[in-house]
Amino acid sequence: MSSLSPNRRPIIELRDVEKHYQMGSILVKALRGISLTVFEGDYISILGPSGCGKSTLLNILGCLDQPTIGDYLLEGKDVSELADDDLSKVRGKRLGFIFQSYNLIQQLSVVENIEVPLYYQGMPEAESHARAAHLADQVGLGDRLDHRPTELSGGQQQRVAIARALANDPAVILADEATGNLDSKSGGDILKIFDDLNTEGKTLIMITHDEEMAERTPRVIRLKDGEVGFDTMGEDGKAPPARKTEAAK
Amino acid sequence: MHKLRSLLTAMGIVFGVASVIAMLAIGEGASYEAQQQIKNLGSQNIILTSEKPTNTKTAGEQERSLVLEYGITYRDLDQIRATIPGVEIAVPGRRIKDFLWHQSLSVDATLLGTVPWYPEMRNRRLLKGRFFTQIEMKGRDPVCVINEELARKLFPLSSPVGKEIRLQRNYFRVVGIIETKASGADSDQLGGKGDATVKKPSGDESELPMEAMIPLSTLIDRFGEVLFKYRSGSFEAEKVDFHEVTIKIGDADQVVPAAEAIRHILKRNHEDVDYKMTVRLELLRRAERTKQIFNIVLGSIAAISLLVGGIGIMNIMLATVTERTREIGIRRAMGAKQRDIVMQFLIETILLSGAGGLIGVVVGMAVPLIIERFANMMTITQIWAPTLAFSISVLTGVIFGIYPAIRAAGMNPVDALRHE
Repeated sequence: MSSLSPNRRPIIELRDVEKHYQMGSILVKALRGISLTVFEGDYISILGPSGCGKSTLLNILGCLDQPTIGDYLLEGKDVSELADDDLSKVRGKRLGFIFQSYNLIQQLSVVENIEVPLYYQGMPEAESHARAAHLADQVGLGDRLDHRPTELSGGQQQRVAIARALANDPAVILADEATGNLDSKSGGDILKIFDDLNTEGKTLIMITHDEEMAERTPRVIRLKDGEVGFDTMGEDGKAPPARKTEAAK
Repeated sequence: MHKLRSLLTAMGIVFGVASVIAMLAIGEGASYEAQQQIKNLGSQNIILTSEKPTNTKTAGEQERSLVLEYGITYRDLDQIRATIPGVEIAVPGRRIKDFLWHQSLSVDATLLGTVPWYPEMRNRRLLKGRFFTQIEMKGRDPVCVINEELARKLFPLSSPVGKEIRLQRNYFRVVGIIETKASGADSDQLGGKGDATVKKPSGDESELPMEAMIPLSTLIDRFGEVLFKYRSGSFEAEKVDFHEVTIKIGDADQVVPAAEAIRHILKRNHEDVDYKMTVRLELLRRAERTKQIFNIVLGSIAAISLLVGGIGIMNIMLATVTERTREIGIRRAMGAKQRDIVMQFLIETILLSGAGGLIGVVVGMAVPLIIERFANMMTITQIWAPTLAFSISVLTGVIFGIYPAIRAAGMNPVDALRHE
């Protein structure tokens, strides 16, 4: 597989990232020095028990939050010290989010929801509408453009969210328990879409506590108490083993 | 956003704006009517009227054999003319109160000696025939113009024009009928005030005055300078040069200073207050000042109602921000800057208050029309009133929308996304 060639470009580099929270009088260290490199075309599961810092890590990777200590380089650019407006720009242009609870805007239609990230990048309406319709078609919702999220099943809603995440052609797609609210059939459909996206060359990072998911991705990172406990890629930057495409059902 | 909630919220603005426009229209209409009435009487006129002094000490000393002298004199008018620039003694007038006869009918009325241009100066329309002329004035002709009320009483069945009426032994030919009151004026007639010996039955004050007008020259010629009266067995003589004088000031700006100067002259010449001075322009000014105060009061009410509406909007927007925290988080994750969120909420508030304002303008402009139709009141909706009210409603949206909007934008995206 070409996407797994060892000379791939690094997209995300975390260097000794720590995140501290002040909870009353106690200082909580949610992340205790995480170093991590994500390459273009990576397909990663981040696993770990609750409270291990998965969500905190995802928030930092997603530029929703900033590290207390350490550097975060996204496509070679340090984003750990960016101002709020610049962070918004990075989120809108370079990152795609998929949430457990879909997080669609209820009063907007399918096509309008997909248009949201395009709108904030200032794309003209006609153009963004056409692009959103095309993306909806890609995830199999071409005939539901004017439906409201409440009129769709969970799986369909999550597919809208995927289309939305793809809208600005981001460098990385971050999925937070994307199949957590779905039955195994719909969940399987969603994971199939993820597989296809990765095959097309997209970089995906999934947060999950589902061991089955981990078997699906070539690279698995396990977090433990705010540190990287295990990374199938190891420290040497060697290519992870090939994806087992038929593993999960 | 909930439709019902938005509607109820906008109601505050609707009523605020509507009440402002309606109140201003009613206030404007009322003050316009008042000013119009004053203007009809001639705003550049100063009217002097003689009044029998109420000070009975002097009157008592003179007793009945003496001639009672009071009121505006030739001397007053000479001094006014000599010292005040731009004045014109427009309408002098003398009155005699006595019985007027036509055949066997008689009424207690006033005979007014005046000048041919009296109707235009006092804004009174002729209903029939004509007023007496300059030639008749020069010739001291026995002609008269009677008012409508007198015509109705003396000539209940026939047309008075061409007929003759009698006062004591003098006959006057009727040449025209004039309206009883000045157009649009309440009353500027003083009725029987000049003659206290006539005891009128109570309730008579409300009756319309009955008047016959003859040339001033004819009046002086026939009745002399001193007026004698025989009434109910008593005898009285009084000498009054003018019962009423209308002074016209050429320049409207000079009316108030001229009035001040005239007041000064009269005060020096008259020991007793046996005259009355009416300055229309002063009344007009007073009416304008009243209107200003009225507008300030209305403005305050407007401000308060719009403030209440604005607070209502702020309240609802704050609730909306809390309710839509998650949406804000989603939008922030999708690349919305804080500025974008502020704009979104601000625009929503402005739309809400603007829509309320628009409905308010429609209602506020409809209400005066309804009032005009059913309450028979004049209303004037000036273009600036709805414009101002609408602008304020939008401004209210901006002011009361900014805080919730900033609060929404300032939220941490992580917390906002986690919000249930």
